[in-house]
Formats: sequence, C-alpha cells, structure tokens
Amino acid sequence: MSFVATRTQRPLRSDSRLERVLRAGLFAVTAELNPPDSADPQEVYDAALPLSEVTDALNATDASGANVHMSSLGLCAVLINAGYDVILQMSCRDRNRIALQGDLLGAAALGVRNVLAITGDDVGAGDQPEAKRVFDFDSMHLLRTMRTLRDDGVFLSGRKLTRPPHLFLGAVENPFAPPLHWRPHRLAKKIEAGADFIQTQFVFDIEIFRNFMARVRDLGLHERVYILAGVGPLKSPKGAEFMRTRVPGVVIPDAIVERLKKTPRERWRDEGMQICVELIQQVREIPGIAGIHVMAYRQEETVAEIIQRAGLFPRLTKPTASQS
Amino acid sequence: MCLEDEVNLRWLDEKKPITRWLARLILPVEKISKETLFDCRMCGQCILHSTGMTCPMRCPKNLRNGPCGGVRPNGNCEVFADKPCVWVQGIERAPRLPLWQEDIHHLQPPVNWRLQGTSSWINLFTGRDAIRPRGWENANEPQTNSDQHG
Ligand code: SF4
Repeated sequence: MSFVATRTQRPLRSDSRLERVLRAGLFAVTAELNPPDSADPQEVYDAALPLSEVTDALNATDASGANVHMSSLGLCAVLINAGYDVILQMSCRDRNRIALQGDLLGAAALGVRNVLAITGDDVGAGDQPEAKRVFDFDSMHLLRTMRTLRDDGVFLSGRKLTRPPHLFLGAVENPFAPPLHWRPHRLAKKIEAGADFIQTQFVFDIEIFRNFMARVRDLGLHERVYILAGVGPLKSPKGAEFMRTRVPGVVIPDAIVERLKKTPRERWRDEGMQICVELIQQVREIPGIAGIHVMAYRQEETVAEIIQRAGLFPRLTKPTASQS
Repeated sequence: MCLEDEVNLRWLDEKKPITRWLARLILPVEKISKETLFDCRMCGQCILHSTGMTCPMRCPKNLRNGPCGGVRPNGNCEVFADKPCVWVQGIERAPRLPLWQEDIHHLQPPVNWRLQGTSSWINLFTGRDAIRPRGWENANEPQTNSDQHG
C-alpha cells in the first residue's frame, strides 16, 4: 500500500470522483466517450448511459484522430449536467496558449475537475488534412501551464487570477512507441511538468508493458503519479489490422491478431472482449497500476460486460497489486 | 507578457546599434551553416545541445520535450512516414555528446515565437533566448501559492 500512502499526505487537488477514488487506493475505471457528430445533447446522454454505472469518470475526447466532432468542452458541459465525472481532453493541435488557458478557466467554471493534456494526433490522420497545425505548446508546456494556473493562481504571463481552478491534471504515455527505453523518462518529465495521473495507450503487448512498469518503479515514478493502463476490445481481425496500421501509436502483437483470425466470425465480438478481460487481469497484477482506462470505440455497449467479467463490478474495489 | 527586466544582459546590449549590426552580419552565417548542418528552422532559441544536436523544430508538432506517442514501430515519424522521428535520432545521439548528455531530460519552456527567424547566437549573448514567461518561472517552485509577482 505504500504507493498509496505517500500520496495521500497531499491535500486534494480537486474534488473529482476520479481523484477521490485514486486517493482512497481503489482501482479506478475510466472510459473514453466518443463525441457525436450532432448538436443534440440527447445523443451524448445515449452514448454515456452504457458507461455510467461501470466507470468512475468519462474522457471527453478532443477531436481524436484529427476528426472533428462535438467539442470536448461541450461534451463535458452536457455530461456534468447529468451528474457524470468527466475528464476534459485538451489537445495542443488546434489551439494556441491563449485559447487553451481561456478554455481551462471556462471548463473549471462549468464544473470540470479533471483535465488531460495531450499533444494530439496530427491533422494528417483525420478527414481534413488540409487544416493548419497549431502546436504552439507541447503537452508538457500545457501541463505546466495548467499547474501554474492552479497552484500559483496566475496565467502563464504572470497575470493574476481572482480565483484559480481546482483541477486534477492528467497526461498520457505510450509505452509501446520508440524509443522504448526513453518512455519512462518522458513520463518523469510529465510528472515534473505537473501530471497527477496518467492514462496509457492501448496495452496489447503485456511484456513490453511489464518492462515499462518495472523501469517506472525503478525510477520511483509510480509513487508520484497514478497510472491507468489503457485497454479495449478488438472487434474483428480486420479491425485489429486497421488499428495497428492506421491508428498512430497502437501496437498489437501478431499472436493476438492470430487468435482472432482463428476464431469463427460469430464469436469475434466475444473473443475480443475475452482478450480485453484477460489483459485487464494481467495489468491489475502489475505493481504500480492504479486503474484502467477503457477505449471501446463504437463498442461502448461491450464495456459494462468487460468490467463485470474482469471482476471490477460493483465498482470501488481495491487494486490487487497493492493489497499485498 | 514577459519579464523584460529579468533579462541578464550578458555580453551584448539588445538595444545598442552594435548589436543590430552584429546580428545583420551573423544571421546569414548562422542561417547557412545551421541549415546545412542541422536542417535548422531558425527558431532563435537554440537547444541543439540538449537534443543530441538534432533540431527539434523539424518535428512537425514542434515538440521541445521529447517524442510524441505516434512514433512508428520502425522509428519513423507519425506525420512523415518515410522520415525518421527527429526525437528518436536526438535521444540516440544525446549520450554521444561530450557534454550535456543529461540535458535531454530537462523540461524545456514554451517556444517564444517572436524570436522566429532571428539569430540564436545573438539572442544567447543578449540573454533574449533565456526570457521565460513569468508564470513559467513561478511554476519552478511546485506546491507554492506565492504571488510575489502579482
Ligand atoms: S513522430 Fe517524432 S518527429 Fe514525428 S511528430 Fe512525433 S515526435 Fe515529432
């Protein structure tokens, strides 16, 4: 339990459910909510409903894959009204430092308590590759700036806020992208910049992930940040192939793709979920893992069953690895 | 808004005409040599020594603190599939430098876009490249809520 204890000394950053769950040493479950291509809030409620009881907080993605959808801030505002704990994703791709800081205050005023700083997929990945890239900040600059607003009560310029936002700050890491040996150091930089929690890219290659976490523990990073491992179900062999070739940063070992290929078509969905459940059980055994982040793009209806099969429902259970 | 009064005037005074003359002389030399050697993008605030002598501004996402999560399994760039990620190169080269091997782990401040196209050598000697936004400096002391600059 030591990694929980060292962090509980600090006062709460925000009063978000996610932070409270993590601080209590409980195994957190977050899930990605994909925003609709619609102006109708009802579509947001419909998309969130299957995730509501089985998660602690929902990520509102910010034009992921550089495809435009309802904005993450709009999505958050709608979800907060319905009582959800949300994680506002903020990408550096589309907005400069002026817009980012303004949105951060606006988000806090609307009730957002968790923010996730990301670099963002390149515009070339999306359906409007002719757009101008912004990338005024990198994700570390954004993290540090958010911390400045929160802890120092000033904008990056030094100008004072009358009331600082209360935020639980998140960042992402991809343990599977080269250079593998440098990924833990990048994580350390993100912690230095202000990250309170981390969500990782999809874990499919458990061996690489175990090595990454071993290094993270050597550096003592798991005691300074809460790490949520990214997981998600594969839909079909074709879907897996698409993810590993077309989605930036996703690595899926051949063995997993083969396993799906050998499965008869009508059992793909079930097998994809089963693989996900097994991976959840494996990451749960890794010391230093504080929770999971489920990304089930266009398969949100499977999440509840995955969480149940993985033994994480009812919510609010202790992480296996930290009980010893 | 930056802390202009914190500028450490080192060898050159930014406001003196001699600095402008020097800049005019040095700029083409720096531009030609660094563009040839490093494919430099003339950001005016050079951190080559922190990045294994690999210009980070060649990264299409302008990343100053390490690679993004989209680096391809073969080490190539997410955006330009046929080019190596500049950060993969930089991280490989950093330990081979005689000095500054550890500097790649330092948190680099945001880019000051006003310096784009100016001479980083002159900016080094005037101290202009060391100007940080005031809030960035504050954040160097974590966990404090001091507002002494307010
Ligand atoms: S892969 Fe490397 S060079 Fe390409 S955008 Fe990412 S960090 Fe920059």
